[in-house]
Amino acid sequence: MTTEPADRPDAPGASEDYAVETIDISKHFGAVRAVQELSVSIPRRGITSIVGPNGSGKSTFVNLLSGVLPLDGGIVILDGVSLRVVHAHDVPDLGATRTFQEVRLFDQISVWDNIMVVLTSRKLLPALLERTKREHRDEAERILKLVGMWEKRDSLAMDLSYGQRKLLEIGRALALDVQIYMFDEPFAGLFPQMIEPVKDLVRELRDRGRTIIFISHNMDIVRELPDHLIVLDSGRLLTEGEVHEVLSREEVIEAYLGT
Amino acid sequence: MATSAQTDGDTAADAQAVGLVTRLIRGNIELWANLLVITWAIVFFVWQGTGFAITVGTVFAIWAILAVSLNLVVGFTGLLSVGHVGFFGIGAYTMAVLTSDASYEAARTDAIPTYGWPFFAALPVSVVLAGLVAIVVGVAFNRFRDDIFVLVSFGFAIIAFNTFLNLREITRGAFGIHEIERPAIGGWVIDGELEFLLFSLGALALVVLVSWLVVTSSFGRVLTAIREDEEAIAVFGYQVTHYKLAIWVISAMMAGLAGGLLASWTSFIDPNSFILLESMLLVSIVILGGLATIWGSLLGAMAFVLMEEGMRFLPFIPPEYVGQARQIVLGVLLVLLMLFRPQGLVGRYRL
Repeated sequence: MTTEPADRPDAPGASEDYAVETIDISKHFGAVRAVQELSVSIPRRGITSIVGPNGSGKSTFVNLLSGVLPLDGGIVILDGVSLRVVHAHDVPDLGATRTFQEVRLFDQISVWDNIMVVLTSRKLLPALLERTKREHRDEAERILKLVGMWEKRDSLAMDLSYGQRKLLEIGRALALDVQIYMFDEPFAGLFPQMIEPVKDLVRELRDRGRTIIFISHNMDIVRELPDHLIVLDSGRLLTEGEVHEVLSREEVIEAYLGT
Repeated sequence: MATSAQTDGDTAADAQAVGLVTRLIRGNIELWANLLVITWAIVFFVWQGTGFAITVGTVFAIWAILAVSLNLVVGFTGLLSVGHVGFFGIGAYTMAVLTSDASYEAARTDAIPTYGWPFFAALPVSVVLAGLVAIVVGVAFNRFRDDIFVLVSFGFAIIAFNTFLNLREITRGAFGIHEIERPAIGGWVIDGELEFLLFSLGALALVVLVSWLVVTSSFGRVLTAIREDEEAIAVFGYQVTHYKLAIWVISAMMAGLAGGLLASWTSFIDPNSFILLESMLLVSIVILGGLATIWGSLLGAMAFVLMEEGMRFLPFIPPEYVGQARQIVLGVLLVLLMLFRPQGLVGRYRL
C-alpha cells in the first residue's frame, strides 16, 4: 500500500510542482454532470481555495480526489502518483486527508477516541494487540489542545455544538501528518470569533510547508487567505490563478453576480 | 452519565419539582438494573435450590457466550446480524457428529457415520469450522451494510437451518443426533452437572476476556468508528472490509464454541434448536442488556434466562404455553425498551 518513490512515474517537472493534478476527471449522477472533464493543477506548498456557485461541483471534486466517490473517467495525480481508481483507504498513504462539508465525526464515541482512532495502527493484527500507546496519547492531547477541545475530551462527539464539531473534525484531519489537507467548507456556519482560530490553523499548516485546499463561499476569506484560486462553474473549470487577479476577471464576476 | 448529571444540576428548579425518588430512579437506571437482575438471580437460586441453579447457570453461560459474541458484531461494529444462530448450529452439529457414538443399524435409512471423538478433540473443530464458514459467508456479505445486511444475515440463518434439516447423511435431519459426548480429561469425565457448569463458566470467562481485549484495543476503537461512519473512517486509511470480516469471524468462532457446549450438555440436538427465532431472541438479549457493552450482554442473558425459567412458576400460565409466553414478554419488553430506553439496561449506544 505504501507507495515507494521508485513507483512514481517520473513525469518531468509535473510531480515536483503540483501536489494534486487532475486530467479530464468526470462524475455523473444520473443525468446530472457534477464534474465534467475537469483538469486542474494545484501547486505544492500553499493554500488553494476552490470557489464556485452552488452545484458547481466543488464538493464532488474533493470527494473524487479522496476516493469517497468513484471516478467516472479521467486521472487523479496525488503527490505524483497517477490513479484511475482512487481507493479511500490509500489516500493517507498518498499523502492526503480531508474534512467533510456536512461534518462527519464518529458521533457516539468520545471526542478523545475520535482523535485516537486516526493515530493508531492501520494493520489489523498489530491493532488487535495494541493498547493505548504513550506517543498516541501525547499526540491526541496536543491536537485536542490545538483545536480547543481538550476540556471536552470525554464528551460524545454528538454532544458538541456545531462549531465544536467543525473544529474537532479539522483536528481529526490534523492528527494525520500528511502533505495535502483538503477542507470542505471549514468556515461555513462558524461564529466570527471561531473563524480566526481556524484561519490560524490553516496558515500554520502552510508555514510547515503543507498544501491546503479548501472550499469556501465566504469571499472575505477567499480574498485574504489563499495564494491560488480555482473557480468552478457547472462542473467545469471556469478559471484559475492568483487570487486577486482571478477575482477581477469578468467571467468570474459574471458567474457570481448572475447572468 | 456525567453529562446528564450536569444537566440535572443546571435545571435545579425542575429537578426539585420532580422529587427525590424519581431522580434517584432516573439517574441510576443502570444501578437499579444491575441490582434487580442480581437480586432476582440470588433469590431464585436460593428458593429453588442448587440443582436448579446449576441448570439455569449452564443455560445462562451458553446464552451469555452467544450474546457477548453477537454484541461484538451488532453493538460494537454496527452490523445487525440475525444469522448468529447459524454459527451456533455449526458448532453444535460439529460436536454432535464427531463425538456421537450412537449405534445405528446399517439398514436404517437414518443411519449416519459415527466417529466417537473425545469432546476436547471435537471442540476446537467446532470453533474452527464455524470460523471457516464465517470467512466464506463474510467475504460474500462484506459489501452489504445497514438494512441489506440484516436481510442477507436472515438469509444465512434460513440456509443454515435448512442445511441442518436436509443434509440427512450427516445431520440425520429432523431425527437429530443423540449420545453426544461429555468432556473428559484422561479417565475423568466431566459428567456431573456442577462440573459442566464450571466448565461452561470457564468458557464464558474466556470469551469475555477475549472480547474485552478486542474492544479495548486499537482494533476495537476502529470497529466503533466503522459503526459510526464507514466512509469517513476509510478516508483515514482503514480497509473497512478487513476489519468487519475479522470481527465477524471472531464472533462466529465464539458462537461455534457455544454450540459445542450446548450439544455436549444436552447430549441431543436437532434442527429445532437453531431456528431463526433463536437468533431473534439473541438479538433481543443483546439490545435488552445494551449495545456495545460486554457487561450488558451478561446482564441481558441473565435477565432473559431468569425470565424464561421464572415464567414456569407463574400460576396463570399453563405449562404448555410457557414457550410462547416468553416470546410475547420479550417482544413487549423490546418495544418498551425502544420507546423508553433505546440504549438498553446498562448501555450507552443508541440504535
